[in-house]
Amino acid sequence: MENFLIQLLNGLVAGMLLFIMAAGLSLIFGQMNVINLSHGAFYLLGGYVGLSAVRQLGSFWLALIVAPLVVGAIGFVIEKFLLRRLYGGQRHLEQVLLTFGLALVASDLIQWNWGAFVESVAPPALLSGQVPLYTIQFPIYRLALIVFGLALALLLWLFLDRTRIGAIVRAGVTNAEMVSGLGINVHLVFAGVFAVGTALAALAGVIGAPITALYPGLDFEILILTIVVVVVGGLGTLKGAFWGALLIGMADTFGKAYIPQFSLFLIFAVMAVVLLLRPSGLFGLEAWSR
Amino acid sequence: MSHLEVVDLSKAFGGLLAVNKVSLAVEPGERHAIIGPNGAGKSTLFNVITGELTPTSGRVTFDGRDITGLPVYKRANLGLGHTFQRNNLFMGLTVFENVRLATQHRQRINRHWFKAVESFSQVQEEAEAILGQVGLLPQMKRLVSELAYGQQRALEIALALATKPEVLLLDEPTAGMSPGETVEMVELIGKLPRSLTMMIVEHDMDVIFSLADRITVLHYGQIIGSGAPDEVRADPKVQEIYLGG
Amino acid sequence: MTAVATQLGRVGTWVNRQRQWLWAAFFIAALVFPFVARPYHLSLTIEVLVFAIFAMSLDLLLGYTGLPSFGHAAFFGLGAYVVGYIASTSPLALGLTSNLLVTVPIVMAATALVALAIGFFALRTSGITFLMITLAFAQMLFSIAIRWSSVTGGSDGLSGIPRPTLGIGPLSYAFASRESYYFLVLAFFLASWWLLRRIVNSPFGWTLRGIRENEQRLRALGYNTFRYKMAAFAISGAFAGLAGMLLVHFFRHASPENLYWTTSGQVLIMLIVGGTGTLTGPILGAAVIRLFPLLVSTYFDRWRTLQGLLFIAFVLFAPKGIVGLLRGERDEELL
Repeated sequence: MENFLIQLLNGLVAGMLLFIMAAGLSLIFGQMNVINLSHGAFYLLGGYVGLSAVRQLGSFWLALIVAPLVVGAIGFVIEKFLLRRLYGGQRHLEQVLLTFGLALVASDLIQWNWGAFVESVAPPALLSGQVPLYTIQFPIYRLALIVFGLALALLLWLFLDRTRIGAIVRAGVTNAEMVSGLGINVHLVFAGVFAVGTALAALAGVIGAPITALYPGLDFEILILTIVVVVVGGLGTLKGAFWGALLIGMADTFGKAYIPQFSLFLIFAVMAVVLLLRPSGLFGLEAWSR
Repeated sequence: MSHLEVVDLSKAFGGLLAVNKVSLAVEPGERHAIIGPNGAGKSTLFNVITGELTPTSGRVTFDGRDITGLPVYKRANLGLGHTFQRNNLFMGLTVFENVRLATQHRQRINRHWFKAVESFSQVQEEAEAILGQVGLLPQMKRLVSELAYGQQRALEIALALATKPEVLLLDEPTAGMSPGETVEMVELIGKLPRSLTMMIVEHDMDVIFSLADRITVLHYGQIIGSGAPDEVRADPKVQEIYLGG
Repeated sequence: MTAVATQLGRVGTWVNRQRQWLWAAFFIAALVFPFVARPYHLSLTIEVLVFAIFAMSLDLLLGYTGLPSFGHAAFFGLGAYVVGYIASTSPLALGLTSNLLVTVPIVMAATALVALAIGFFALRTSGITFLMITLAFAQMLFSIAIRWSSVTGGSDGLSGIPRPTLGIGPLSYAFASRESYYFLVLAFFLASWWLLRRIVNSPFGWTLRGIRENEQRLRALGYNTFRYKMAAFAISGAFAGLAGMLLVHFFRHASPENLYWTTSGQVLIMLIVGGTGTLTGPILGAAVIRLFPLLVSTYFDRWRTLQGLLFIAFVLFAPKGIVGLLRGERDEELL
């Protein structure tokens, strides 16, 4: 029973991390119809930048702000100078190829700068240690992460649902041309969305580093999990990102705990079933398929 | 038995009822036109019949056979050919290659994976014949993207014709055409064999009246009039909502 | 930039005119090559030929059918492990036989079947979802290879894979030497190229092109496009498996790297740089990309970064690849 509770909570932790990743990926896709294959690299980059920030500035909290800003800025630049050249016409595949190339470059540069060994990151002093919960002891940091994730989900939902900018973003998800026709600077929106999306990935990286550690190859592993989440949950919607992330986070955690040999297989089985029953995901927008 | 029939057909998009209990029948050899103002539900009705959309309720029958649940490609193989309102061609290929794709399927030679397609002379000949029928033979080797709009529209029809359908469904064949191109298109359609049953969705009244045997008028998803062109033209209900303009 | 393109276009015209002579020269060179080249260069050429088959298989899928598979290493690696498991003398494997008459059909059938299984799910989607799903499935195979150590050797992989043999009973030939293996791979390369050429120019091949250009229209004409996509996926997977098999026979070792995304990435780069939908493009791309690390690493350590940048440059400025540049403005089936 205790083990079950621990896994349940761990599943929530994984779910929250995946949610932050999926939200970013889904947001970018919803706006620009591009799957950013360098999204995982931004997670890793965020984690490493955060690590360096902690080492240089001595504060996890500062790193929490610095890393997403830095990586978000990189994302902005990438969108403005590279991705933007491929707009107009059905060049979505080429845009994806571009992000793939970026992932390759980023992967290599990250390894060059931070080395090939596994870096474990300690949680901030304030949140370290454990707390009693029913009959178990559970790490405070992980609890904090769950709370943070839920808060972020709420914040994002409020932003998209209640603010004017959010409405513009949501409108862009359904019809970017129309948004442009309304006189809004679509280019700025795209660049902003891309920057925010990558910043979210970096944020996940900083927060997740104490849990996942940092090592070459993690970028791709987490990209794959995020992809499964958005395929299962449905692209373009926050709801899809949230529930998909929870489902996959739980499946992954329980899988690793009880059937470690087959845990990844379980996740893909889930994805396969969803694909059979609802090809556009649980909460996906049916309109798109390209 | 009618060639193509629609019984109590409805199609709703969420709260919007685009097609509301429509029933109509097209007899063999008949040229049946569907008209109505924008938003009347013509395209929706058309797409349900072709299979691109599934109805909310009701039936579509072809030669007495219920085809409501059949996917688009199966309907095409039964003999229901259709064009698209916006040009839906194989843009990166030549005019000839476009039609050849239709012809090679009709002649059932798709399974061949070893012999070059050029070696199937019957396919080549039949494709050329179709192009001749629509007057695109001179443009044979040109890329679709290089054609004028009217020529692309003609290719649209050529593709549907190449499947040698029993019933041809045309979705606004003269959409976006200049008056000159429209005249050519009407001529083209007019010259098609009388044995070919046709259903045409159209806006242009002159086109309708020069081609159609029977006309059905839609308004807000419902039929408000149906019959021979003169009857429809004289119907006060129809005049009120549509023929005024 | 356009000046370079014009020059390349001129090269392309010249190549077209001298076709017969170039073919003859190529054949003679290919036959003489192993006897004049240094062993290292011979090894490289063997690798290039193997990757050329791999890249051509992806071209069938991506270039001709328009299905963007980012997980093609799944079939490449599967072929590697299947033959490894059958042939390797390591205690983990079966060590049954390395006779090509047995292994080639098994490898190609196995990869085709797995392709059909994956395709059954993946081909219900298209475009970007398809891309993501193929990526995910490949990663799944990779993680199976890493974890199922009792069968696959885990992260160490399977060693002890012997060179292949060909024949029945006493009339067997073992391709033990590098030179003989070169000729074997060359034969498979030429056979694959010839077969794939016939496929893409056949009615079936044109159906695939139709799917690439406008699947919806093809369905309206009566085609059951799902079946054709499945077939393309299976054929493409089978040839990728063949390439994987040829690679590990050469290096005598199958590793999870063969299934990793970097391998999927490599072949994709080869295809884009060479030029999709051409069959010749992937061959050129395989040569350029495989030789790239060599040319670069004398000057610069991070060849992967440079390769990624080269890839990005092609995507941005020359999306039709080298073949596209050589063809210039014309649109013939010249290369």
